[in-house]
Amino acid sequence: MSTTQPETKTGIAPAAATSAEGRKNSRARAARRRKGLVLGSRLLLLVVLLGLWEVLARTKVIDPFNFSMPSKVWDQISTWVLHGTAQGSLGEQIAITLYEAFMGWIIGVIAGVVLGIVLGRIAFLADVLGPYVKVLNAIPRIALAPIFVIWFGLGPESKIASAIVLVFFPVFFNAFQGAREVDRNLVDNARILGASNRKVTLQVVVPSATTWIFTSLHISFGFALIGAIVGEYIGASKGVGLLVAAAQGNFNPAGVYAAMAILAVVALVAEGLLTLVERRLFKWKPTGHGADR
Amino acid sequence: MSTDTSPAIELRGASKAFRTPSGALHTAVRDLDLTVARGEFIAVVGPTGCGKSTTLTLISGLEEPTGGEALVSGEPVSGIGDKVGFVFQQDATFPWRTVLSNVMAGPRFRGVPKAEAKERARDWLARVGLSAFEDRYPHQLSGGQRKRVALAQTFVNDPEILLMDEPFSALDVQTRALMSDELLELWAGTGSSVVFVTHDLEESIALADRVVVMTAGPATVKEIFTIDLPRPRKVEEVRLEPRFIEIYREIWSSLGEEVRITRERGAADVDHAA
Repeated sequence: MSTTQPETKTGIAPAAATSAEGRKNSRARAARRRKGLVLGSRLLLLVVLLGLWEVLARTKVIDPFNFSMPSKVWDQISTWVLHGTAQGSLGEQIAITLYEAFMGWIIGVIAGVVLGIVLGRIAFLADVLGPYVKVLNAIPRIALAPIFVIWFGLGPESKIASAIVLVFFPVFFNAFQGAREVDRNLVDNARILGASNRKVTLQVVVPSATTWIFTSLHISFGFALIGAIVGEYIGASKGVGLLVAAAQGNFNPAGVYAAMAILAVVALVAEGLLTLVERRLFKWKPTGHGADR
Repeated sequence: MSTDTSPAIELRGASKAFRTPSGALHTAVRDLDLTVARGEFIAVVGPTGCGKSTTLTLISGLEEPTGGEALVSGEPVSGIGDKVGFVFQQDATFPWRTVLSNVMAGPRFRGVPKAEAKERARDWLARVGLSAFEDRYPHQLSGGQRKRVALAQTFVNDPEILLMDEPFSALDVQTRALMSDELLELWAGTGSSVVFVTHDLEESIALADRVVVMTAGPATVKEIFTIDLPRPRKVEEVRLEPRFIEIYREIWSSLGEEVRITRERGAADVDHAA
């Protein structure tokens, strides 16, 4: 973005068209170069960190048993990929965890958005339910995971439940805030143009609140994964969380790290997909820093 | 119906008081008497923040008067009627809708079938000269273009009463004159009554049949001036005519006093009334 001030400054005096063209090219080149540089530096940083970890562990500066080392983690992942885990194939574990996280996320998001918008629009309900929402939000919800395992058993239901309670609140609060902060002018305009209350909600409040809601969707998918993993960790018959628990039980730190690495990749992919959806949905937004007024 | 003979808008002793966030009662408008005939163009001028905009919200039904009456076509205003159009000071186009969809919004809200709404919207977009931009989003337009969208969005509903709250105040001077001319052209075909709120005296004289001068807040009608300049008018030309300048001087002697009063009260309580 702001990478090429030097050229623009120095190129002011000669006003010929060719030099303008040249400036444009050199600006594009500089932008490309910077992109490459960032990417290269990122990779270098990763290599340095992993290398440092490997070297420190091999030279026993850090305890290789507790901290494991990248090569062992890699071995663990390839073993899982090639020969499966003790609970079945690695793909199945990931699929199960994803299924639980995704179901919990969807249900939590729908509940959060609907309730957030409804409470944001109906002041009476917000006043009545406000304190209860605050109390529920104050509960350390991750501690509910064991209770859900008791209630719903070792199957996916208990994990979905923990994902839901983690996802619901951030989404709810954002939707609520979004519904509250709708531009008064837009609402007035819609009403004057003839919109009923229902249409104001669906066609003005909901679209205005989507920016807020999407902010929460990004973090909340991470929460859904956490919910699913913690649930699996506490008690499950399948899933990545169980891999972590099993590796820990077998005194296999490499297994714990390997499971975490896999989770990180899964979370990144999910995040990428969400960003794609968001881009499509927010065509109407000015690009840049979202400052449209 | 017998409403044909009644004036388009009538305010009888209308007052509006707000509860401020600090709990105090703030009177924006008091004892307001105003009658607007059908097809008449009224401009309301007054010092900044005196309560001019509140007058419009009372007529539109967005707010109810705390005292007195507001009547549209002889009937008391209750809620937002379908006769009224409102052009806001700030941008009120829906940023997530395309230009065409923005203009279609009114008819669609009122249950007009999609095809017909589209046809009417295209017609008005053509009249404001934005046909080529129907697929754009508001953020891709200039301020003047967005204002044109707002005009089309309002006119497409065929309002009998057109309320305009400093609609062009955010535009640059040239665009403003241009938009004023366009507004006069668009209005000429409709026969609707207009109440145009502004703090720009020149604009008000150039546009209106009558100019209402409001007092410093709480606002009430101070004086009403009839503008006898012939129509059709071109804003840039009419303001150079000797008669225009005469009228300007006359009204300013009345308005200037109120502006001074507002200024002396200081900026602090002016902010509240806005």
